Amino acid sequence: MGMTMTQKILAAHAGLPEVKAGQLIEADLDLVLGNDITSPVAIKEMEKMNLTNVFHKDKIALVPDHFVPNKDIQSAQHCKCVREFAAKHDITNYFEVGEMGIEHALLPEKGLTVAGDVIIGADSHTCTYGALGAFSTGVGSTDMAAGMATGKAWFKVPGAIKFELSGTFTKWVSGKDLILHIIGMIGVDGALYQSMEFVGEGVANMTMDDRFTVANMAIEAGAKNGIFPVDELAIAYMNEHSKRPYTIYEADADAVYDRVIQIDLATIRPTVAFPHLPENTKTVDELDQSIVIDQVVIGSCTNGRMDDLKVAAEIFAGRKVKKGLRCIIIPGTQKIYLDAMEAGYIRTFIEAGAVVSTPTCGPCLGGYMGILAENERCVSTTNRNFVGRMGHVTSEIYLASPSVAAASAITGEITNPETL
Amino acid sequence: MKAKGSVLKYGDNVDTDVIIPARYLNSSDPAELAKHCMEDIDKEFVNKVKPGDLIVATKNFGCGSSREHAPIAIKASGISCVIAETFARIFYRNSINIGLPIIECKEASERIEAGDEVEVDFESGLITNKTKNETYQGQSFPEFMQKIISAEGLINYINQKAE
Repeated sequence: MGMTMTQKILAAHAGLPEVKAGQLIEADLDLVLGNDITSPVAIKEMEKMNLTNVFHKDKIALVPDHFVPNKDIQSAQHCKCVREFAAKHDITNYFEVGEMGIEHALLPEKGLTVAGDVIIGADSHTCTYGALGAFSTGVGSTDMAAGMATGKAWFKVPGAIKFELSGTFTKWVSGKDLILHIIGMIGVDGALYQSMEFVGEGVANMTMDDRFTVANMAIEAGAKNGIFPVDELAIAYMNEHSKRPYTIYEADADAVYDRVIQIDLATIRPTVAFPHLPENTKTVDELDQSIVIDQVVIGSCTNGRMDDLKVAAEIFAGRKVKKGLRCIIIPGTQKIYLDAMEAGYIRTFIEAGAVVSTPTCGPCLGGYMGILAENERCVSTTNRNFVGRMGHVTSEIYLASPSVAAASAITGEITNPETL
Repeated sequence: MKAKGSVLKYGDNVDTDVIIPARYLNSSDPAELAKHCMEDIDKEFVNKVKPGDLIVATKNFGCGSSREHAPIAIKASGISCVIAETFARIFYRNSINIGLPIIECKEASERIEAGDEVEVDFESGLITNKTKNETYQGQSFPEFMQKIISAEGLINYINQKAE
């Protein structure tokens, strides 16, 4: 029986000629990732193991990004723990403040994730690297510890939903709108335990940043992973950023999918996920009342890349952020920050009345750098809007694309960028 | 191995942000995390829960983040087992890895109510509702996962295997 793209990668890493959905396997890992919140727990777990060394000092990535630069003493202690572990085990890919970025924006940029890899990360948005044709999935700290020590992880082989994409996005529409549309359609557990495999002619019309955004939010539909085929654009990206060898896997023609969904990208509208679930979506055409907001966040592992900053800058140019509204913009990495500076975006943001932060996850998970007070509302390019996610339990988060977020920052209410 | 206690009942999509809000993630101490377990969905949970009690919920329990702090907080608060119609996949995996017993059973998630006295037999997967005098059959685990659970977690399992 034919295998999906994900199944092929898993079979190869388990040393098996083929695998089937539901099968339990043990696979070799190409990379194990952790951040400042999840690594300390993993490090503690590893100390309980009889294996005292890491399996490979080049195949572990430690990226402190959630509460970094440190927001308080406890966070500083956690980062100290990670720093000392990295030094003790001579971890090649430890990124200190000054080098670090938001992990899922940083790793592809640094060439650490390539097609055909099996990657686990102690962060749910590790599924991001599927954009480059890798099998990449979020796990907890114990799996991270076991992975660092043994270089292996157990998996239940997933079935898959195939998304056949055609057409091209219209102006102001991007990957974020596509994935919000999909989550709205299938629900927050619509892809539970499955791979989301994105194929079709439409893929060629999606930039790498679009693909990172879509793969990033696969977990919000409950998926095990999201994955894109490796085309010329992905190959060009890897050649530009990485020296590592990669392997291209393709789904068999007779691969079996649990479900096939066809989407014409041209029909996707700017979409917003209302509180308090990513599946609670409405398009801008369905907004039937004015929703006044207090804060806008443009950034995160979902939308903190150059395409995102570019479209925001296009909207902010010559305009001002609504008086009284707080607009916080967070480039995903130091490189993105510099490129944005050179392109003039940072000046545009500041002159419009927004603020620009060093790369950090900060407000996305209610850490710091833009927490919400009682009853406040935020339009955010982040990935979750659960109760209390960004601050007070009565605050509200509306998830959206950078173009909707920027447009909303100008008017002070949720806005269709087409109407500006 | 058995779990036995009274039930605290919740609905669909109980996410990791309400189980343990990010503002408490600068601690990894189980006792500290337990103090804030379920805070943003049920402020009274920490006062109501007694050692041995069970959480029963409906669909997609534990959705959201991979933070292991979520099952750690639940386990440290004294909960002996979580029964749900379905679990989010990372939470499911994390629970097994740290030795927090979980079991999937649609019927149980629908029939059991807050305050019911419930018993779970992990070997057979049988769930007994002593208050309503009903039983429900839960999903059994693949043998491999049963081994991790009886070793009380992935780290112990790996250590034992290596011996």
